[in-house]
Amino acid sequence: MELCELTAHELGKMLRNKEITVPQIVESVYKSIELKDNDIKAYISLQKEEALKEAAEMQKRFDAGEDLPPLAGIPITIKDNICTKGIKTTCASKMLQDFVPPYDATVIEKLKAQGAIIVGKSNLDEFAMGGSTENSAFMKTRNPHNLECVPGGSSGGSAASVAANETILALGSDTGGSIRQPASLCGVVGLKPTYGTVSRFGLVAFASSLDQIGPITKDVEDAAILFNAICGHDEHDATSVSMEHPDYTKALEKGISGLKIGLPKEFFGEGINSEVKEIVLKKVEELKAKGATVEEFSIPSIDYALSIYYILASAEASSNLSRYDGVKYGYRTESADGLNELYEKTRSEGFGPEVKRRIMLGTYVLSSGYYDAYYKKALKARTLIRQEFDKAFTKYDVIIGPTSPTTAFKIGEKSENPLEMYLSDVCTVPVNIAGIPAISVPIGTDSKNLPVGMQIIGKAFDEMTILKVAYNV
Amino acid sequence: MEYESVIGLEIHAELSTKTKIFCSCTTEFGGDVNTHCCPICTGMPGTLPMLNKKVVEYAVKAGLAMNCTISKFSKQDRKNYFYPDLPKAYQISQYDLPLCKNGYLDIEVDGATKRIGITRIHIEEDAGKLLHNAWGNGTLVDMNRCGVPLIEIVTEPDMRSAKEAHALLEKIKTILQYIDVSDCKMQEGSLRCDVNVSIMPKGSTTFGQRTEMKNLNSFSATEKAINFEIERQKEVVEAGGKITQETRRWDDETSSSYSMRSKENAQDYRYFPEPDLLPIVLDDEYIEGIRTSLPELPDKKYARYIESYKLPEYDANLLTASKDLSEYFDKAVNLGATPKAVSNWILGDISKVLNEESITINEFKITPEKLVELISEIEKGTISNTAAKSVFEVLLTEDKTVEEIIKEKGLAQVNDESAIKEMVERVIANNQKSVEDYKKGKTNAVGYLVGQVMKESRGSANPQIINKLIVEALNNL
Repeated sequence: MELCELTAHELGKMLRNKEITVPQIVESVYKSIELKDNDIKAYISLQKEEALKEAAEMQKRFDAGEDLPPLAGIPITIKDNICTKGIKTTCASKMLQDFVPPYDATVIEKLKAQGAIIVGKSNLDEFAMGGSTENSAFMKTRNPHNLECVPGGSSGGSAASVAANETILALGSDTGGSIRQPASLCGVVGLKPTYGTVSRFGLVAFASSLDQIGPITKDVEDAAILFNAICGHDEHDATSVSMEHPDYTKALEKGISGLKIGLPKEFFGEGINSEVKEIVLKKVEELKAKGATVEEFSIPSIDYALSIYYILASAEASSNLSRYDGVKYGYRTESADGLNELYEKTRSEGFGPEVKRRIMLGTYVLSSGYYDAYYKKALKARTLIRQEFDKAFTKYDVIIGPTSPTTAFKIGEKSENPLEMYLSDVCTVPVNIAGIPAISVPIGTDSKNLPVGMQIIGKAFDEMTILKVAYNV
Repeated sequence: MEYESVIGLEIHAELSTKTKIFCSCTTEFGGDVNTHCCPICTGMPGTLPMLNKKVVEYAVKAGLAMNCTISKFSKQDRKNYFYPDLPKAYQISQYDLPLCKNGYLDIEVDGATKRIGITRIHIEEDAGKLLHNAWGNGTLVDMNRCGVPLIEIVTEPDMRSAKEAHALLEKIKTILQYIDVSDCKMQEGSLRCDVNVSIMPKGSTTFGQRTEMKNLNSFSATEKAINFEIERQKEVVEAGGKITQETRRWDDETSSSYSMRSKENAQDYRYFPEPDLLPIVLDDEYIEGIRTSLPELPDKKYARYIESYKLPEYDANLLTASKDLSEYFDKAVNLGATPKAVSNWILGDISKVLNEESITINEFKITPEKLVELISEIEKGTISNTAAKSVFEVLLTEDKTVEEIIKEKGLAQVNDESAIKEMVERVIANNQKSVEDYKKGKTNAVGYLVGQVMKESRGSANPQIINKLIVEALNNL
């Protein structure tokens, strides 16, 4: 077995037992990348030289007998919308193809403080807008389980790199399902934490009130370890919550007897692939057999979640992406006659079609005369969804359903039909709207041998419970 | 037809916090281009704003000083528009829930007091500055000013003349300086003003269509621009035309304005709640804490000067119009000097020096302590008023005490009758012609003789004693 196939917790143990060295791990990862990434195309950029240098240094510290944090010497892949000082951060957009941030995102500072080693920056849908990673301005990432299929998105590069053993750990970002859906389609674990538990400082904003950074890993234990490393209050992010975080690895205990599971019928209705439904329900039966109680119920407002999402997320995006105007950094059109033409040409040439679609949608819903009908109403409906989830959590410890309505689809299959693509987020979007945590865990494969993921949703700040349930799946 | 004008103001004041509103960069004016900025205030991808608590404190201070209700719950919003001096392409401001609202200020114009409503005061960030052709052809952006905190003060359309608008601006400037939240330097752009003007037939209660005027760089420019706009609107209406909703730009050099954009081109700012920042929630304790920390405001001070110190309204008005002058005055009076004497010095000799040297009272060499010494020496009779002026002149340049200067220059008033008597006898002996005149009934000869004794004493003899002794001596002859 190659080292790149192992998990962070396994490698951590071996490092401390002096069975392996950090450079061996890093070399194994790059060997795997060199072997597979021509096909998979998970990475936009790689940091091999720097990573090997850091590996050697980290090994020295292990050799010196230092007591190092859990992620010391562990390779990690970073979604290319998270700012890394001195390393290009493109958001898979022509607009930022040469943008080198002058600062590190807070999560990157935290990872560096732990001694984690950045392998490279992974591909995504441009500015994290999409569900297939086909919207990258540079290349399409492929699903390691079937190269003709998409890896999901928008964190498709991160999920594919973990699934293909082209890294050990990865960070993704999740605005409407962008961690959980690709994790599900690639057969790995993806955790979307409660809004406010992980600092957004340095995450290039898509929809500020929904974005959250989280782990994509090979197993639940790694997800807990990585979440431990990146959570916590940040004085650079006003929306980050000041609270005591438990050691999330303490959640990793066997036994779920007495657990109350709610199954919303909206997650098992029309539009959900029957094979996926079946596999999820079979897994739920297994949890029942382990002592959980299961009850079907309804969250009626979930039916409006997608509409609410595409209003709120697009509105925020239209404002967040206005700064890409060709004046300060990033792409600028070759020649323009006057300021307005500079803006028009820069933005027409720099953004891809999906990004433009959402900017236009967002601009429209915020326009005078339309604000009340769309944005304001969506905010009210958002409150309704939150309340219905709150109510559900007075009865259930977790809410379970499929992560994605289908398994991985073919490249090009949905890219001509945005609405169909948007439906792929139907199970994940309500969670972002409610600001609560959810984890996707692989629970098997369908008849085409493609992975199926199950989503476990918890109440706000109760990552302990969903990690525990995921660990017991 | 006779018209009445209706005027409202929108005033932007830069707050004098040490750091910017959303990052820790300095707010200092005049740094090298693009040296007072960071990834946050230049709107780099991924950065987030963090609200500087001082900005809220300063704005609440301003709100309380202008009799506003302070909102216990307010929020910040994004105002979206493209311009190269606005790096995020949105300004973080406040839209429907401002920090302060429903206040008022009293102004005095032509002896009458008038109350002007303050609609709202909200916090927002300043934009950068465009530098045209500063380095060869083309426009570059200086982002030092990006994120400098501002308050925008919006008034009710309660003013009816340019004079009233000017008086309100002066009042607001004085208050902001008193509470120490803005230095209000119009030439550095730390106080800026837009005006809304409309006209209506005199006696009407229905306002006419208003226009907005921008780029007013001084109080006098504001007054001129308002008067210009009133006349322009009159001409349009008289000629049978209609006033159209537009934004106009004042050109101070030509003393005229031109249309910048009409209603059709009005921007849609697409305001929406800033998702990166939490609502601003304030409790009574916080608000009351700030209220009690407010210094005495100009209106109160004015009343106190008249009531407790019996100062004339004229003096009280001039002294309280400047925070620094009034503080200087208060210090001197608190040290025990007679208020009117202090006021006379400040409004007389001191103001003259300040004007001549174009300095502020804070840069003035003579401290209140020294002024009090000087006044006390006059009141004790140690020096004459004339001698006091000489001491004042020396104090302007030298670091000496009043006592030292009096001694060195021999300015002490001689009150010793026997010493003065000797001089009186000598002067009478040497001025027999005046003595003859006096005997003939020319009483003004006394004045001449007093002058001669003063001259003999080099100005140091007490004139009242000289006078008394001369009359005595003449009568005894």
